[in-house]
Formats: sequence, structure tokens, C-alpha cells
Amino acid sequence: MADALLSPAVGGVMWAVSAGAIAYSAVKVRSELDEKKVPLMGVLGAFLFAAQMINFTIPATGSSGHIGGGLLLAILLGPHAAFLTIASVLVVQALFFADGGLLALGCNIFNMGFITAFIVYPLVYKTILGRNPNQGRMALATMAAAIVGLQLGPLGVVLETYFSGISELPFTTFLLLMQPIHLAIGIVEGFITVAVVSFVYQSRPEILQVALEARPIGVHPVRNVLLAFLAATVLVGGIVSWYASENPDGLEWAIARVTGKEELTEPSRGIYGVLASIQQKTAFLPDYSFRKAPEPAVTSEGGDLAEASGKAGTSVSGIVGALMTLVLALVIGLVLRRRNQAV
Amino acid sequence: MSNIDKSFRDFRLLDRLAFGETAVHRLDPRAKVLVTLLYIVTVVSFGKYDLSALFPYFIFPAVMISVGGLPAGFVIRKVLLLAPFVLMIGIFNPVFDREVLVRLGPVGISGGWISCASIVVRTMLTLGAALILVGVTGFPAICGALERMGMPRVLAVQLLFLYRYIFVLTEEGARASRARELRAFGKGLGMKTFASLVGHLLLRTWQRAERIHMAMLARGFVGEFHARREFRFGARELLFLFGWSALFISLRFWNLSRMLGDALTGIVS
Repeated sequence: MADALLSPAVGGVMWAVSAGAIAYSAVKVRSELDEKKVPLMGVLGAFLFAAQMINFTIPATGSSGHIGGGLLLAILLGPHAAFLTIASVLVVQALFFADGGLLALGCNIFNMGFITAFIVYPLVYKTILGRNPNQGRMALATMAAAIVGLQLGPLGVVLETYFSGISELPFTTFLLLMQPIHLAIGIVEGFITVAVVSFVYQSRPEILQVALEARPIGVHPVRNVLLAFLAATVLVGGIVSWYASENPDGLEWAIARVTGKEELTEPSRGIYGVLASIQQKTAFLPDYSFRKAPEPAVTSEGGDLAEASGKAGTSVSGIVGALMTLVLALVIGLVLRRRNQAV
Repeated sequence: MSNIDKSFRDFRLLDRLAFGETAVHRLDPRAKVLVTLLYIVTVVSFGKYDLSALFPYFIFPAVMISVGGLPAGFVIRKVLLLAPFVLMIGIFNPVFDREVLVRLGPVGISGGWISCASIVVRTMLTLGAALILVGVTGFPAICGALERMGMPRVLAVQLLFLYRYIFVLTEEGARASRARELRAFGKGLGMKTFASLVGHLLLRTWQRAERIHMAMLARGFVGEFHARREFRFGARELLFLFGWSALFISLRFWNLSRMLGDALTGIVS
């Protein structure tokens, strides 16, 4: 995800969700009172950083890939600590490698951190691991979690891009571009994570104690339930709503049968008119879709010559002005640098 | 030079730039973080087809690079290097959006090309701003600023630990990776060797964490990282913050490019 494809609204919302999740995880990690985890999180984050820079060749294709590592961290650290670690690695990547940008950081933390740690890890990995985990079960759970995680993450990217409206790519085309590639990536990630985890299990199995001990399926705290509902809401609102039927609902159908129109016209005067105009101006999502931005006027084929030349005039001055400001910015920068060096 | 060494060289360079002593470096990091965030939000808030209005925003990176003493070529190169993903998405705009919006004489430029160009300019501005922020502020100072502005302490400690150990661990990883490359005889690294390489790195990391924890306990570490210099939010920071904010917001509502262009073409014609 990149800043250039993002609108402030979408970026802000994703940042709010990520910040909330960070605050929650911070409280959880502190309350667990395992002091050993503090340096462990930091150092494992650095390890993830280093591991992502080492390539391996993918067997069938011969191209090189690298490990993502989010799932590996979740297996080693547990969801909350892993989420914070992944978030911290993404922060460093955003700042030092300009990996997407600072506004898109919220989206990235959600797509790669939240989805891995709080959706895929408990719902896929832990479920398949079950009550009596063994190495085979762990391998299967890891594969499944990697594939699902690397399908949901790119889905998030596609949704965020679509809702920002900067890119023209149609939703389905983008989806068809991203998902198959990430299916392959997910399979590779699954294999490589299983390989690393198996290696660790053979050398120092006590490290995987957290992963292997089955948590008792006892009382779930309210927070977990709420989180699950939040995730479900996001999924339903974001994905399932696309399949919402366009057919008239019960009331509209009944009105249509009686009057021949789907909605009744309201009187446009008096208090109705005032309230209707207020509603029209304030409706953020009229008719449950985004307000159509005023379409830029397009010169038609046999268009007005005066209008066309007026438009050309505007665009020429726009381009000239743009180049002028660019030159101005460069000149100011150079002058300041000259002064800096002279001092 | 192995891949990891190459990616890391730029990281170290950017980190070292933060040790400069210019006027910008001496400002309180909170001011710089806030101004950068406002910059990014205003740039990103432009509509799909706004192109000329974005150009005046180049003034911010230009001023920060020169006053901050950052190497301009380095920043430009890093931004261009990271454009590919965005370009891959942006390049579809001209494909799907063919309505002609602007006519330059006989040539018609479709909306798709304008929005694609807008995406490219946006990329340059936002990514440049992020790199410049690190170059003039430095990562520990940014973490301190964020913590004072409300980030949870756990995340701040995590970020500072991560930053501290990135140098150590990437060097270890680079050593192992280079050793593997020198012994591979061009066959490349398969998954099995990768798993054992990374697995060993992981085990060493785990042991290192245990040593760090004991060192922490022995020195009474309570989660406070001490900064090199104390920062205060004074008059200069307020001037910096309000000056740039006023500029960004007014540029958002008044298209400086168009005004300048109109003035120039008015004089000429």
C-alpha cells in the first residue's frame, strides 16, 4: 500500500483501527508481566528485518523470494507481542525505506500485522492446531494460516485502493491480479515457515512451548468477543455488501406495486424542503454509496470552440504555472544551500 | 556485495545524516513530525485529477533538503527506486480512463494520464517527506517525540530496541548470507539451506535476548532510553509549525501554479 494511492479518509480510518489495536496489544503485553518478552520482541524484530533481506530460490520457478515472517513471529511470540513487533518493523521500513509512506503505514500495519496476529493466528492456526498439537498438525496449521493470511492481506490492499478512488483499476481486475500471485506467495511462505519452525523444533523445542501448549478453550474475555465482532463487521461491510442485492426491498416493492414508482416524491416546500436539503448536503453516503464527485466537464465531439479554447487556455496556464513553481522551488532550494555553505 | 549489504548501506547513510547540526536538526522533533504528517495529509487530500496544484508542494522538500544539508541525489534516487509498485498500479489509469479532459492544440490528454501523473507526483512528495523526516530528525528522536505525543510506552521501547539491534543482527545475517554465497558455486540457495541459515540466526537471536535480559536486570533498566540532547518546544518550533501549516493549507485552497501561470501568460499575451 502506498500514500499515493490513498485518500485521507481511508488512511485515517485504517490508522484509527491500527492505533486502537496497538494500544490494546500494549496493555495486554504489559499486563502479562513477562519481562523477558521485552528484549525478545525487540531482537526478534531485528531478526525479522535481517531475515527479510536474505533470499532463497523458489524450487519450480527459479526466481528468488524472501520470507515475510509475520506468521513466524505469531507462532513464536503469541498474538499481542507479535503484532507489536510486526508493527515496529513496518514503522522502521516506512521511515528508512520509504516503504509505502507514513499515511499508508496504518493500512500496512492492519494488512500485515492485525490480519496475521488477530485473525489468521487465532482463527486458522490455533483452530487447526487443536487440543493435541504435534509436529504434523503444526505444519498443516502453518501452511493453512500462511495461505489464508496472504489472501486476506492483499484483499485489504485492493479494498483500500478501491475506496480511496485515486487508482482507476476496477475492483475485480485488481482482485484478479493480486489474489493468484499471492496464492503462490502464500504457499511458498507456508513452506518456508514450516521449514524454519521444524528446524527450531529439532534443535530447541522449548522455544515452541508457547506454540505447542494447547490453550484451554475456557472463558473468553469480553474484549476478544468484541474484537471478533469488529473483524466480522469489517469483513461483512467490506466484502459481503458488494453482493447486496440491488432489487427493491419489501417496502419499495410494495410501493412500486401500488403507485408505479419505487419511492414517493416528497413535497419540496415548507419544512420538508428545508430538512430534505439539509439531508442532501450532509449525507456522507447517499444511497449507501459514495457521493459521486462532480464529473470534470468533458468537451464533447462537436463542442463549443470558445469553451474548448478557454479550457486550453486554462490548461496551458496551469502547465506553465506548474513548471514555474517547480523552477521556483528549485531556485529557492539552491539559494538556501548556497547561503548554508557560505556560512 | 551481497544483497543485504547493499540494502543496508543506504539505511546506515540515512541514519548518519541525522547526526547533523543544522538549524533544522536542532528543532524539537515533535514539530518536525507534525509538519511532515500535515504535509502528507494535505498532499494526499487532493482529488484524482489535481496535478498543477501539487507542484508548489515541492517547496517543502527543497527547503528541508538544503537547510538540513541532506544529499539531494540520495533522496531522489531512493524515491525513484521505490516508485515501481505504485507505478504498476498507476499505469492502469490511462488504460481505464480514456475520456479526454484537456486539449493542448490538436493533442488530447485523457484523464487517465493526468491522474497517473498525479500519482507519480504524489509518490515523490510523500516518500520524499518520510525520508527527509528521518534524515533531519533521527529515529530515536522520532520515537521520543511520538511517545510524548501519546504512543504507548511498550511500542516506544520496542522500536528503540529494534533500532538498536538492527545493526547487530543485519551484520550477522550479512555474514552468514555472504558465507553461503561464497560456497554456493552459483547454484543459489534452496529452501532447506535457507531454513537452516535463518534457523541458526533465530537460535542465536533467542540466546542473545536471554543475555540482554540478564544485562538489563543487572543494570536496573526500567524502560527509559536517554536521548543525546534535551528538546524543548519553544518559539522557533511554533514558528516552524505554524508557518509551514499555513503554507500547506493555503496551497490546498489556492492553486499557486495556476495563479502564476495566469499572471505569466497574461503578461506575455
